[in-house]
Amino acid sequence: MVIYVLWLRQIKRYFRSRARIVGSLGQPLLFLVALGFGFGPVFQRAGQGNYIQFLTPGVIAMTVLFSAVFNGIELIWDRQFGFLKETLVAPVSRVTIMIGRTLGGATTSVMQGLIVAVACVIAGFRPSSVMAGAGGLVFMVLIAVMFTALGTAIASVLSDFQGFQMIMNFLVMPIFFLSGALFPLVGLPRALDLIARIDPLSYGVDGLRSSMTGVSHFGLPTDFAVLSVLTVALLVVGSRLFSKIQI
Amino acid sequence: MIHIANLVKKYGEVSAVNDISLEVQAGEIFAFLGPNGAGKTTTIKMLTTLLKPTSGSILIDGLDPLTRSSDVRRRFGIVFQDPSLDQELTAYENMDLHGVLYSVPRMARHQRTEYLLKLFELWDRKDDPVKHYSGGMKRRLEIARGFLHTPKILFLDEPTLGLDPQTRNQLWTQVKALNAQEGVTVFLTTHYMEEAERVAQRIGIIDHGTIVAQGTAAELKQQTGTDSLEQAFLELTGTSIRSETATGADAMRAMAAMWQRGRR
Repeated sequence: MVIYVLWLRQIKRYFRSRARIVGSLGQPLLFLVALGFGFGPVFQRAGQGNYIQFLTPGVIAMTVLFSAVFNGIELIWDRQFGFLKETLVAPVSRVTIMIGRTLGGATTSVMQGLIVAVACVIAGFRPSSVMAGAGGLVFMVLIAVMFTALGTAIASVLSDFQGFQMIMNFLVMPIFFLSGALFPLVGLPRALDLIARIDPLSYGVDGLRSSMTGVSHFGLPTDFAVLSVLTVALLVVGSRLFSKIQI
Repeated sequence: MIHIANLVKKYGEVSAVNDISLEVQAGEIFAFLGPNGAGKTTTIKMLTTLLKPTSGSILIDGLDPLTRSSDVRRRFGIVFQDPSLDQELTAYENMDLHGVLYSVPRMARHQRTEYLLKLFELWDRKDDPVKHYSGGMKRRLEIARGFLHTPKILFLDEPTLGLDPQTRNQLWTQVKALNAQEGVTVFLTTHYMEEAERVAQRIGIIDHGTIVAQGTAAELKQQTGTDSLEQAFLELTGTSIRSETATGADAMRAMAAMWQRGRR
């Protein structure tokens, strides 16, 4: 019941802040249009096929990633000026609050991802099979839960927004750019290849791509296994850190 | 109802609260006064399970907040210095969510929400998002929410900061009415001395983390040989201005103030 109302609260907030919905779609759509159509001809000539087809899972992953991390990090603000304090003094366990928040944040991130997916279809993306949507959704959910938990974990140890820019530039941006969202992970320099293998989003992008277009780098079972394990691990770490918050 | 003995909170070498002992009786309205940075909010955070004391003991309605935190939390309501409403939700939704968090049964939740929102004159606006409320309305809603689960104690940390005299007056009238009707113990902090004198039965003054005096307003005036509580307060705590060390929270408070001004 408590988890449900906390989840519902975030869904309500999401639908009521239309400006934020539209605002956060701008960046992925720009990537889709500028890179998708801009690099399309080069990609084609290199013998890699249709770039929109390749890029779509990457742009969806990006949308979910940014939205999820942001939902988690919002906690910093919420702790001082928001509803968080109200929940922290309530006779409810911290783990329950963390799970409600994370599920709510993850759900809205998935919704953002779905909107972008529709935009991608309009831009010319064609899924490989009827099951593409279901498989894609599973990976969107995993990416969303994992990175909301990561954002929450980070926000639990930061006391103000001064570290926020650093987190964006040195963690979230690299996670996105080095994940294979924009380019195939084939024939890369060794260092880059290694980083891509460590980057959790690589498996998210690959899982999405493999279920939506049938093209896979690591293989679907590997993607699913890595993401599931990491998601559970981050949920545990996030809950731990969240439980320790003192305000 | 509230029992504090030799309570200490240290941040490194600095003592924010240094060996305070206090007793607040059931049904009493107790005002906790002190200059900025004296340790008021830190004390409230320890009383409300948000902060662990370095040493000393606390009993809330006979229960230790450290070991029985859930039972303690059920027994108090709190209005924080900084807002803690969900701005995107309506007043009714904020109340209802609070009711669920405190496992108030559905029927009781609806009835009490209606009663309190009417009492605090917010019922007509119950379906408006809180972000469209004035400062005074938000404050009233927070206090109404604090009463929703019929707590035994209500903590009010500077609830009237930044409000006009009309709103402040009305707010205290309502709090006093609920104190009389439901016997709820009220533990408040404020910088407005005349409010403390009017509302509280007993006053404690804290400075540099220690309690420098406590008693009724009349006793404090007599003790210091002054004829207003404000003078008594200055007599007890000195006239120098306190520099509060800037924390992350202060930086964010400044940001929040700018942000709100920008939106208006």
